[in-house]
Amino acid sequence: MSERVDHPPLTEPTAWRGVELVVNGRPLTAQVESRLLLSDFLRGRLRLTGTHVGCEHGVCGACTVLVDDVPVRSCLTLTVQCAGTHIRTIEGLTTAGKPLGAVQRAFHDNHGMQCGFCTPGFVMTCTALSEAAERPDEDHIADELSGHLCRCTGYRNIRAAVRQALDETHGKGQTE
Amino acid sequence: MTRQHSSEPTGYVGQSVPRVEDERLLRGHGRYVDDIALPGTLEAAVLRSPHAHARITRLETAAARDLQGVHAVYTASDVAALKPLVNEAELRVPPGLAEKLEPLVRTLPMPLLAREKVVYAGQPVALVVADSRYLAEDALELVEIGYEPLPVVVDPERALEPGAPLVEESWQDNLALELETGVGAPDTAFREAAVVIEEEFAVHRHVPSPIETRGVLAAPGAYDGRLTVWANTQTPHRVRDHIAMSLAMPADDVHVVAVDVGGGFGQKGILYVEELLVPFAARALGRPVLWREDRNENLTAASHAREQTHRIALAADAEGRLLGLRDRILVNFGASTMTGLVVPYNSVIHLLGPYRVPHVDIAVRAALTHTTFTSPYRGAGRPEAVFAMERALDRLARRLGLEPSELRRRNLITPEEMPYRTGLLDRSGEKQEYDSGDFPELLRRAVDHIDLRGVRKRQSEAARSGDQRTGVGFAVYLEATGLGPFESARLTVRPNGQLRLAIGAPSQGQGHRTSMAQIAADAVGVPMESVDVLGGDTDAVPHGVGTIASRALVTAGNATHRAGLALRTRILDAAAERLGVPAEELSIDGTRVRHPGGAETALAALVADGAELSETAYFRPGGFTYASGAHAAVVDVDTRTGHVSIEKYVVVHDAGRIVNPVIAEGQITGGVAQGIAGALYEEMIYGPDGQPTTTTYMDYLLPTSSEIPDLHLDEIVTPSALNDLGVKGLGEGGAIAPQAVLTNAVEDALTPLGVVVRRGPLTPDRVRGRIREAQAVHSEQAAPVPS
Amino acid sequence: MKPGPFDYEAPASLTEAVRLLADQEREAKVLAGGQSLIPMLNMRLARPGLLVDITRVPELSGLYVDEAGHLHVGAAVRQAAAAAAPEVRAGWPLLAGAIAHIGHPQIRNRGTVCGSLVHHDPAAELPAASLALEARFTIVGPGGNRTVTAEDFFVSTFQTAVGPDEILTEVVFPPAPGDGWSFAEHVQRRGDFAAVGVAVALARRQNAMHRVRVVFCGAGPLPVRVPEAESALEGRPLDAEALEGATALAGAALDPPKDVHASAEWRREGAQTLLRQALTEAWERTA
Repeated sequence: MSERVDHPPLTEPTAWRGVELVVNGRPLTAQVESRLLLSDFLRGRLRLTGTHVGCEHGVCGACTVLVDDVPVRSCLTLTVQCAGTHIRTIEGLTTAGKPLGAVQRAFHDNHGMQCGFCTPGFVMTCTALSEAAERPDEDHIADELSGHLCRCTGYRNIRAAVRQALDETHGKGQTE
Repeated sequence: MTRQHSSEPTGYVGQSVPRVEDERLLRGHGRYVDDIALPGTLEAAVLRSPHAHARITRLETAAARDLQGVHAVYTASDVAALKPLVNEAELRVPPGLAEKLEPLVRTLPMPLLAREKVVYAGQPVALVVADSRYLAEDALELVEIGYEPLPVVVDPERALEPGAPLVEESWQDNLALELETGVGAPDTAFREAAVVIEEEFAVHRHVPSPIETRGVLAAPGAYDGRLTVWANTQTPHRVRDHIAMSLAMPADDVHVVAVDVGGGFGQKGILYVEELLVPFAARALGRPVLWREDRNENLTAASHAREQTHRIALAADAEGRLLGLRDRILVNFGASTMTGLVVPYNSVIHLLGPYRVPHVDIAVRAALTHTTFTSPYRGAGRPEAVFAMERALDRLARRLGLEPSELRRRNLITPEEMPYRTGLLDRSGEKQEYDSGDFPELLRRAVDHIDLRGVRKRQSEAARSGDQRTGVGFAVYLEATGLGPFESARLTVRPNGQLRLAIGAPSQGQGHRTSMAQIAADAVGVPMESVDVLGGDTDAVPHGVGTIASRALVTAGNATHRAGLALRTRILDAAAERLGVPAEELSIDGTRVRHPGGAETALAALVADGAELSETAYFRPGGFTYASGAHAAVVDVDTRTGHVSIEKYVVVHDAGRIVNPVIAEGQITGGVAQGIAGALYEEMIYGPDGQPTTTTYMDYLLPTSSEIPDLHLDEIVTPSALNDLGVKGLGEGGAIAPQAVLTNAVEDALTPLGVVVRRGPLTPDRVRGRIREAQAVHSEQAAPVPS
Repeated sequence: MKPGPFDYEAPASLTEAVRLLADQEREAKVLAGGQSLIPMLNMRLARPGLLVDITRVPELSGLYVDEAGHLHVGAAVRQAAAAAAPEVRAGWPLLAGAIAHIGHPQIRNRGTVCGSLVHHDPAAELPAASLALEARFTIVGPGGNRTVTAEDFFVSTFQTAVGPDEILTEVVFPPAPGDGWSFAEHVQRRGDFAAVGVAVALARRQNAMHRVRVVFCGAGPLPVRVPEAESALEGRPLDAEALEGATALAGAALDPPKDVHASAEWRREGAQTLLRQALTEAWERTA
C-alpha cells in the first residue's frame, strides 16, 4: 500500500497526472502538475529539501539525484517522467541516528564542503561512483565531477573526499 | 606544508578540528532560506526590465491579478510610501576622509520598483505574489507593459563625456564619485626618474555567483505583530535596520535570521530592494511570502563587480627602486551608487601594496552607466589594484631587464620597517599603517616553491619557436582586514550547563560554528562540544555588522575571546560563592567546576541557582591588521589555440595566528579558485545596447573541478599585534592575486612574441588574438623579436 | 525559471504517439530525455501545450545491428546507454567518442541520441558525427514513414527535416567507413558545447586514406562537411603535406560564426588545429 502525498489547492491550470514512484525506499502515489520539476516535487511536496536548486538549466549539478541508481538533474526532469522509478536523495543515504555513510564521511573528513549548498549533488554523484561495479578510472571520475559546480572549496578537498570514498568502497586506486 | 605555530600551549585554537556543521548538511538537513516551510507561504516573482534604458509608457496589471492563484501584483505606485533603498552604512564617508580628501560621493537612492523609467536590464518593475512560483511566473507574462527605449551608455569612459545619456536625469552628468589623494612630490619624482613606464590595464566585469542564489522569506507574526525575515544575507542587522526604516517599524519588531547561507562572496553583503519588497508584501497580505532568485536573475540583476580601468605609471631609478606611482582609476558603478567609496577607495589603499613608494598621485572617478549596479566581491577593489600594480611592475622589470621577482624584492617593505606608514589614509580616515608582515620572506618562499631557476632554464632550453610556451608570474599583495566599527558576541551558560555563543556575523560556509567554538572553548576552559554557535540572528545579539571584508574572525573572534574570558571569571566567582572556596582555587572541568579539596558543582546547578552566567562583549578594532601573501604560477600557453593551462600554482600567505588550519586552507583554495575563474574564464559581457549577453551558466563560465588545479600552499605567521588572538582576516586573500599572477605568467610566456596583455579574461580567443596582433606588428616592422 | 503550463501524455504505442502529436493546435511536442527541451521550458523559451513522452513506446527503445550490419538507435535510447553498448564501441566508436563529449555524465544519463539530433544545436556533437557516419533518419508522421539522409536532415539552427507533427523514430548508421576515427573539440570548460569541433572518419587501404569524412560542429548553422578536404586526402597516406593541404582547404571552406565565447577567426584557426589533431589520431588508429 503506498502513501498518498498531499498537494496544494488546485489553482494550477496545467493538467494533473497521477504518478507512482518510490522515493528513498518509500512507495508514493501523488497527483502532480505535468510541469512540476522533479526538484520541486522532492523539495516542495515531499519536503526533502536536501536536494538543492542552483541554476535550473542543468549546469551546476546541485540538484543531482539518483533515478534508478544513475545520477540525473532533477531540475531537468519532470516528475511525471519518473513514474515507476526509484529515486534516491541525500536524505536516503543514511537512516536517522545511524552514522554517516562512507561517501558522506569522506566529505567531512577531507573538509570537502564549505557552505554545503552544492554538496548534496556531489555526494549523490559520488554515491553512484561508489556503487559502480568497479572502481572508475581517474578520467571517468574527473568527467563525473565536472558535472558539478562548487564556488567555495576550489575543488581540491572534494577530489580528496571522492578519492577517500572510492578507496573505501572499491579499494585503493591505481593512481595516487 | 610548513607551519610555524605560535607558542600557544594546548587548546583548540590552532587545531584542525573537523567542522561541526558538516554532519547536518551531509544528511540533507541544512536549513537554507528556500528550505523553510511555513504553512500558507506564498511565492513571489519579479518582473524585470528587458531594456537597459527606457521610459515606461504603459503598465497594466489587471490580467495578471485576475489569474487564478495570484494574490497581488505590486508596482511602483503601491510602494510609493516606502523609503527607497540606500546602503547607508556603506555610503557613509568617514569624517577623516571627508575632511582631508573632500571626495565627491553622490548617493542615488534606488526605487523599490521602477517608476516612469528603467535604467538597467534586470531592474525590478513589478512584484507578483501567487500560490506558487510557477503561477507567479505565469502572471509575469500577463503584465502588459510598454517601453519607449532611450539612448544607452555602458562604457564608463563614454558615460563621463559631455552629452552622454544620463542614468539619473536630475544629475548634470554621470559622475558618481571623484577623489584624489597623494603622497610626497610625485611630479618631481617622475621628472627625475631614470625610468618611467605608463600602461593601461582593465579589469573586466565579474559576477560573484554563489551557488545558492539570493532568497528572502518574510512572515508577519499573528501573535506579536513582529515580522520575521529569513534572508541569506551576510549582514542581518543591516537588513533588519533597513526593513524597519523602510516599513516604518521599530527595529526590534523586525527579526532577521540568516540561516544556512549557500555562499556569499560579497554579493549577499549589501541590501537589495527584494529584501524590502518581500517583507512589505508579507505584511500587506498577512501571509508568509518567499522569493527565491533564479540563476538568470542572479547573473543579470544581483550585483556585479570588479570593472575598473587603471592608467598607471611607475617611476624608478636605474636599479629599479620605485620613486613614484601615478594612477588614474575609472570605475564602472553600473546604474546606482550601491556602496559608494568602498570599492574604489579599497583599490586606492591597496594599490601600493607591500612596496615602498615614496611619491604617489592617485585619482579615482566612478561613472554611472546603464548596466547592473556593482558592489564588493571577494577582494573588493584589491584584486583590481593588485592587477594594475603587479602588471605595471612586470612591465617595469622588462624595461629594466630585471627578473620580475628581483624588481619586487628590491622594493618590498621589510619587517624592520614595521609598523609602516604609506602616507595615505585608510578606510576609516586614519593614517594607513601596516602593522606586521614579512613580505620578503613571502616572496622568497614563492620563488623557491615555483623553482624560478628551473623554469628559466626550461624556457631557455625549449625551442623558443615551439607551439607550447612556458611562463612564470608573481604577485605580492597585502590586505587590510578586520573592518570595524565593531562586532559583538554573547556567551551564555544554558540551563543544561552547556554554552551558547551568539555572534552578529553569520556564516556562508566559513565554518564559524567550529572556529568560533574553538575560540570560546579555549577562553572559558570547556570542551568544544559544549559550545553551540549561533550566527546571524538579530534576536540573539542586538547589534552586529556582518561577515564581509575579511572581518569576522578578527572582530567576532576577538569579541568571542573577550566574552569567554569574562564568562570564565563569572562562572568561577559564582561557583566560589556556592562552594565557599576562593575562586582562584577552582577549575572548570567540562560542565562542572571543581575544587582540589573535592567540592564541586555543576554549571547547570549554578544557573538553576539563579546565577546570571552570560557575557556580552564587543570588539572594536583599533586599526586594520594586514594579512599578506605572495602567489606564483607557471603556465603553459598553446600559441596555436591561445589555450592557457596552469602547470603549478603556489600560495604563500600570512594571516597571523591560524585558528583552524584546515578551514583556513579551505578559504585560501576557494579564493584562489575564484581568482583563477576571473583570470581565465568568467566575464559578464554587455552589448552596446546594454543587453547582458552572458546570462546563463552556459555563457558565464564558472570553472569546474577539471579547470582548477591543486595548489601548492605554504604560510608564515606574523601574529597581529592589534588583537588578543593575534589573528588577521583571510577570507578574501586567495582571490586577490590570481588574475595578476596568471596574466604576468602568460605575458612572460609570450614575451618572445612581443605580446602585452592589458585585459582579461585570458580566454583562448583573447590570448590568440594578442598573439596574432603581435605577429602582425612584428611582420610589419620586421623588428627583431625582444628576448 | 519554471516551465509554463502544458499537458503531458506518455503513450504506449507509436500510433498513439503520432495521434497525440497531430494535435498541433495545442502545439504538441515530443519529449524524450528532455535535456535540451526542459532548459528551454524552464526559461520559457519553448511553450508547448502538450508534451508527448515517447520513452515508454516499446518500439523506440531498441539498439541493435541488423542483418545488413547497420546500427539502429531508437528514439528512446539514452546517450549513456548508446555509448556503453558493446556493438557501438566495436563498430561505431566515433559515435561513442562523440557522445563522450556531450555535456556531463549526469546529462548523458537522460539525454537521448535522437533527441540531440532533432534539437540540432549547431555546436552539438551528434549532428556532426551522424553526418560523418552518413546516418539515415527514420521519420514517422501522420503521412507514414520516410527516410532522410544526414545531408537532408539538418535544415538550419535548431531545425531539422522532422515536422512538428512527426517523430524521429530511429537513426540508422551504416557500417563505419573504416577503423580510423576521431572526435575532437575545443571547449573552455570540460563538458561545454564545442566552440568548434570536428568528426573524422576514414579507412586505410594499402597505406592510403579512403572514404575520408571531415565534418565540423560549431562552424555554422549546420554541421559542416568539407568535401574539398576529404577528396584531397582520398587515396594518399597522411603525411605532413596531406595534413597541411587538407587544413588549408578546410580553413578556406569554413565561414564560422562569432559569439561571446569566440571570434570567427579563432574558430577557423581552432578548426584547423583540431583537424590536424583529429586526422593524425584517426590515421594512427588504423595502424
